[in-house]
Amino acid sequence: MNAVAWFKDVGIADRPTVGGKGGSLGELTQAGIAVPPGFVVTTAGFERFLAALEASAPVRARVAALDPNDLGAATSLSEDLRRRVIEEPMPAEVEQAIRAAHAALSPGGEPVAVRSSATTEDAEDASFAGLQDTFLWVLGADEMVARVRECWGSLYSVESMTYRLKHAIPEDGVAMAVVVQRMVDARCAGVMFTRSPLTGDKSVIAIEGAWGLGSAVVSGEVTPDRWVLGKITGEISVRDISDKHARQVPAPEGGIVEVANEDAIRSQPCLTDPQLLALREVGRRIERHYGKAQDIEWALDQDGNVLLLQARPETVWAMKDAEAKPIAAPQGNPLNHVMGIFAGGARK
Amino acid sequence: MAEKSFPLPSDLKVVPGTEAAQAAYPYYTQFVPEDDGKFWFYNSMHFPEPMHHFDMITAEAAYVALGAFNTRVHVLPTAKGIEHRVINGRVYIGGVAVTDPAEIEERIGEFQQRAFYYYEHWERLYDQWKVKMKALIADAQALPKPSLPDYEPLETTHTGKGVAANHALLDIYQKQIEGYHRMWHHHFEFLLLGYGAYMTFFDFCKKAFPEISDQAISRMVAGMEAEIFRPDEEVKRLARRAVELAVDRHFTDNMNIDQVLADLDAVGNAGKEWLGELETSRNPWFNVSSGDGFYHYHRSWQDDLSLPFAALPGYIEKIKAGTNIERPTAQLIEERNQLVSDYRELLGTDEDRATYDQLIGLAHRVFPYVEGHKFYCEHWYTNLFFNKIREFGALLASHGFFGDGGVEEDVFHLTQFELESAIIDLMLAWGIGSEARGPKHWPALVAQRKAAIAEWAKHPTSPALGAVPDVIDDPAIVMLWGITRDNLDTWLSGGSEGNPNELKGFAACSGVVEGPARVVKSVAEIGRIQQGDILVCQVTNPTWSPIFQKIGAAVSDIGGSMSHMAIVAREYGLPAVVGTGTATQKIKDGQRIRVDGGRGIVTILDDVGMGQARVLEEV
Repeated sequence: MNAVAWFKDVGIADRPTVGGKGGSLGELTQAGIAVPPGFVVTTAGFERFLAALEASAPVRARVAALDPNDLGAATSLSEDLRRRVIEEPMPAEVEQAIRAAHAALSPGGEPVAVRSSATTEDAEDASFAGLQDTFLWVLGADEMVARVRECWGSLYSVESMTYRLKHAIPEDGVAMAVVVQRMVDARCAGVMFTRSPLTGDKSVIAIEGAWGLGSAVVSGEVTPDRWVLGKITGEISVRDISDKHARQVPAPEGGIVEVANEDAIRSQPCLTDPQLLALREVGRRIERHYGKAQDIEWALDQDGNVLLLQARPETVWAMKDAEAKPIAAPQGNPLNHVMGIFAGGARK
Repeated sequence: MAEKSFPLPSDLKVVPGTEAAQAAYPYYTQFVPEDDGKFWFYNSMHFPEPMHHFDMITAEAAYVALGAFNTRVHVLPTAKGIEHRVINGRVYIGGVAVTDPAEIEERIGEFQQRAFYYYEHWERLYDQWKVKMKALIADAQALPKPSLPDYEPLETTHTGKGVAANHALLDIYQKQIEGYHRMWHHHFEFLLLGYGAYMTFFDFCKKAFPEISDQAISRMVAGMEAEIFRPDEEVKRLARRAVELAVDRHFTDNMNIDQVLADLDAVGNAGKEWLGELETSRNPWFNVSSGDGFYHYHRSWQDDLSLPFAALPGYIEKIKAGTNIERPTAQLIEERNQLVSDYRELLGTDEDRATYDQLIGLAHRVFPYVEGHKFYCEHWYTNLFFNKIREFGALLASHGFFGDGGVEEDVFHLTQFELESAIIDLMLAWGIGSEARGPKHWPALVAQRKAAIAEWAKHPTSPALGAVPDVIDDPAIVMLWGITRDNLDTWLSGGSEGNPNELKGFAACSGVVEGPARVVKSVAEIGRIQQGDILVCQVTNPTWSPIFQKIGAAVSDIGGSMSHMAIVAREYGLPAVVGTGTATQKIKDGQRIRVDGGRGIVTILDDVGMGQARVLEEV
């Protein structure tokens, strides 16, 4: 198994080695959805690095031996292990593979995003949130490698280690994949739900977006514009255009910075109707591909092209579906249904 | 919510100076003190303007028939008929609910035996209905024009007829009144059952897809072969024939129609052939009212060719440019079926899919009636009816009943009962050889009522009266008027929250368009509509559809998302907001407005009204 795998070569079935995020981006790429190109530093890359660490001093054994209730011990172990992940040498073949992939991805020094990509369902749980590291607008190979190490190091955060111990997750299987993806200088970005987050309605698509990078929307720092579109009909039934005071943009030295929006654009919708309909098309394709409703992160580049940054299955309403009763039981005589109208049974 | 309520009926005062005109409406339509205990709402959907005294017959005949079918024919379990009252020319109505559980139970048993039979034999009964309706129309067409010769024709004596011409007046009048009432019975024979089946599917969709738009549901149900599309199809056919016969140059914007008809008659065979085609189209398809058919002044294409003729130049131009103007029926059916199957696919369980199939099946079965009946009832028959009354108007006017400047239209200021008395007055006078009393009696009353209607039109009236019920569960009121508790709360709040330049209505067809408003109050004004204008009119009606090719969007005061206008707008892909209540009052001709047909919002942008229409969102 290589230390690096390109999006175009992996799919959701590769989750154990490329993580959920990496597998999903690979799956979308393979399905022909416009996803900014990128690669995954696989769990094999991590395992080889970890083997080198273990060779100098134990790692997993010390985590396994930790008392999860001893916060002091956990804190000092976390500091030690994370320092080692950042500082100790990486096996040459791993580092070369990552740097070669980056050179191919970013031949002109284009910025990338570096994100942790957890390998188990549990790891996507909210309580595991400490693992979801994201570094935006990362410039240069050295910086990229440093961010990959930080993602790995997050496995040894206090929260992450104590979570594993409390849930008796064997330390031996614990690994982390990292996604490295070309970064979109987004004109606007946001999220899309292929079923209504408010009512669970599968016949509509809800889109939220704001100016600049999507991080402002995901982190909740800006109230996004909000639209509801008929999934099947394309009609736009809700248009809530908000006052978007600020946007997040790339910082010249790397990373992102928040700037105030000019008055002229604050209350302007960040998407045109044709762009909304293009997003809807992409949302439908992804939903059809997976066969279930999706939560999607998207961006529009400066030329207005729709790009997909992330897609994951919607979970809240999917769980409710499992308990849902039929809307109306079928009737031997279909005419009995009209009694709801005429005898008052179904009146709101 | 703060306790708010509508004024009581007894709070409503007759506008000073119009008391006599008010008193002339039938006694059983006057509010009485006991009416304060009941909830009423203004039927602005069917009767948006103060009622001429004769036109009250439309309310009366409709409520006679609606009540009979709800209460005693189909036996709706929870609702009987609709009561109506008139004050200041405005028609208020209120439902009669059944609340006693034992009575509801009994009525459920009756209803299932009766209504279910209709549903099960729908196609056969509807075919039979069309035969009945056409026979009724033929009867009305066969009624002679009322006239009084100086002497009875010799034939009367030689054949021993034994009945004189003055008797024919009463005979024709009573037959016509009887026919109008009968038409309204036919009208309600299927209507509630049809709406009920549609509403059942509608409710299911709203539960399965809480954010589905009304339009999407309508599109799944709408018929493709309905009679309402036919008049417009006939105009297209006439445009095509004009090109084929090479007489198309006669049809220009703002043409003088009488001149065109005379010219065509004079230019030889091709012109005559086209006139023959016109006659074919006119009978029956031009028997469409330019309004909803509820007022005598909603004239038909048959009586006023300006609407179809205004559409001819545009269609001709398109045909010559090689543009296809045919309705793509097969494609529309395909789209409808696709929509039905796409929504079906989203349902979560087999049970829901099975129910969905049952309900859409039933809705498709009943809908041809819901869409089709209007052509026969409100358009064709009503048009014949009012024209027959107009003939009596002409006869009475010629005998001086409406004074020196009297015209046939004055007859509509008499109630149906007064008109019968005037006819008997004339019958007496003709028979006796004396002067009728009418010429001294009616002119003052007509003048008084004309003034009253003009005065009433200046006074807005409360949308409802009396205490607000907790729930509106009368299926007839919900289905026919779209009245819900939510509507009432909006009315109570005055509907004034938010932007004063914004009007809300039903989202009829999505798309956003900005352009100059053309506020058109009658068909006579349609010549003013320019390419790209936004049509703002009071009543939306499929008979306006030929001008949809010209306009950028449409807005109306009255109509719901299943109104015929909404259906036609969707066909043309024309952004439309219907049922705004006040668009023709609030929007000034030439103002720039934005129509958002997806959200049902019309925004007044400025007073300038310059510039071209701009399409902001493709339909």
